[in-house]
Amino acid sequence: MDNKSLVSIDDYTKEEILEVLARAAEFEKNPNCNLLEGKVVASLFFEPSTRTRLSFETAISRMGGKIVGFTDSSSSSVTKGETLKDTTKMVSNYCDLVVMRHPIEGSARYASEVSDVPVINAGDGANQHPTQTMLDLYSIYKTQGTLENLNIFMVGDLKYGRTVHSLLMAMSHFNPTFHFIAPKELEIPLAYKIFMDNNNINYHEHTEFNDIINDADILYMTRVQRERFADPLEYEKVKNVYILKNDMLENTRENLRILHPLPRVNEIAVDVDANPKAYYFQQALNGVYARQAIIAKALDL
Amino acid sequence: MNAKKELQVSAIENGTVIDHIPAEYLFQVINILGLDTCGNSVTFGNNLGSDKLGKKAIIKVADIFFEDDEINKISLIAPHAKLNIIKNYQVVEKKIVESPDKVVGIAKCMNPKCITNVEEVTTRFKVIEKTPITLKCHYCEKITDHKHIEII
Ligand SMILES: [Zn+2]
Repeated sequence: MDNKSLVSIDDYTKEEILEVLARAAEFEKNPNCNLLEGKVVASLFFEPSTRTRLSFETAISRMGGKIVGFTDSSSSSVTKGETLKDTTKMVSNYCDLVVMRHPIEGSARYASEVSDVPVINAGDGANQHPTQTMLDLYSIYKTQGTLENLNIFMVGDLKYGRTVHSLLMAMSHFNPTFHFIAPKELEIPLAYKIFMDNNNINYHEHTEFNDIINDADILYMTRVQRERFADPLEYEKVKNVYILKNDMLENTRENLRILHPLPRVNEIAVDVDANPKAYYFQQALNGVYARQAIIAKALDL
Repeated sequence: MNAKKELQVSAIENGTVIDHIPAEYLFQVINILGLDTCGNSVTFGNNLGSDKLGKKAIIKVADIFFEDDEINKISLIAPHAKLNIIKNYQVVEKKIVESPDKVVGIAKCMNPKCITNVEEVTTRFKVIEKTPITLKCHYCEKITDHKHIEII
C-alpha cells in the first residue's frame, strides 16, 4: 500500500492539512510551473464528473504534466468485466500518479493497495471526496485568515452529504463550533455526533433556518434532494425551508462567506450571487490550487 | 451440576472443549475453525440447555489446541464462548474468547455498494466497539453492527 495516496481526508494529519493549504497559496500566486514535466498522470473516471475532472486536468496542465485516461467507463477501452484490480495494475505501470473517480465505495482504497504509484481519490461513491474537502478548507482559510475557532453553519442534507461529513472531520482539528440546520429526516448521523462528543467539539442542531445564521463565519449550503425522502409529503413540507435568500444576510457578520460544493439547484436564490458574501464560484476555482498542492505532495515534489 | 453438563457430550482424552456457543451458530463456528475439513475426531452437541443463551452448542475437538488468534475469530458470532483445554481427561486450562482489534476475511461488509461486495477483495474491518461487536470497513468506511454481521 502506498502511503503517499490520498483516499480519505483522515489520511492527512492536521500538520499535513496546513502544509497543503500553504502550498495551495503558493500555487495560487504562481499557478504555472514545470513540476510535472516528464510525468504522466492517469485520470480514470469510471463515472463522469466534468467539474472534478476539468479541475484536475487544469491543475495537471498548469504543472506541465501529461494526462492519459478516460472520462467515463462506457466510452473507454476498459473492457466490460475487467476488474478494478486489473485496470489499476495495468495503468499504474504506465504512469506516475493515478487520479480516480469510481461509483463503488471503497474502490479508491483498494486501488491504492494494488497500484504501484500513488492514487488520489476523486470521489468513490457516497464515501470520500478528499480533494473537495481540501478546496473547502482552502476557501475557509483564505476568506477567514485562519481555520481556528470558527462558527461553521451547515445547511440542508446533512445525512447523505459526504462533503459535509468530510469537512466536519477535517475541521475537527481546529476547535470549531458547528451549527447544523436540517430537517429531522436529514439530520447529521449519530456516528458524527458521537465523534464530536468524544472530541469535545461544540455543536448545535436546528430545524429552522432563520437569523441564527447571524453568528456564522461560514455558511455551508447543500441541496435537499427529493429522492432522499421516503414520503413525498415530507419533502413538500421542507423543500422551500432550506433556501438562502439575500435578505436573510442583512444582519450577518462582515466576514461571513457562503460556500456550496456545486452544482446548485435552487437552494441559494440567484439574488445572493451579487452579494460580496457569496463565495461559491471562487470556491470552485480554489479547487485547482488545492489539487496542485495535493498532487505535488503525493509525488514528493 | 458441572458433572451433569459434561455428560451431555462424551468426554475426550486430550483436546479442546468449546462451550457456550449460541445454538444457531454451531455450524458457522465449525466452518470458521476449519473443523469441517480436519481429520481429527470432532463431536458436538446442539440445542443444549443454557441459562445464558437459551439454547447452546458444545464442540469437542480431540488433539487440537487453538492459538488465540485462531480462536478469537469466533468472537464475532460466539462472544461468550468458553474454552476448556483438556489433557488426560482433566481440564488443565480455561480460556475465554476475546474480540480481536481487526477482522480479516471472515465477515461480510453490510454495505451492498462496497467494493468488497462487487469484486473479489478480502474484507478488512477495524473493531471499533467490542460489546456489542461493531465493525468499520477498511474500504468503504461504513459500519457493520453486530446484528448485521454475516460470516463469509
Ligand atoms: Zn465495506
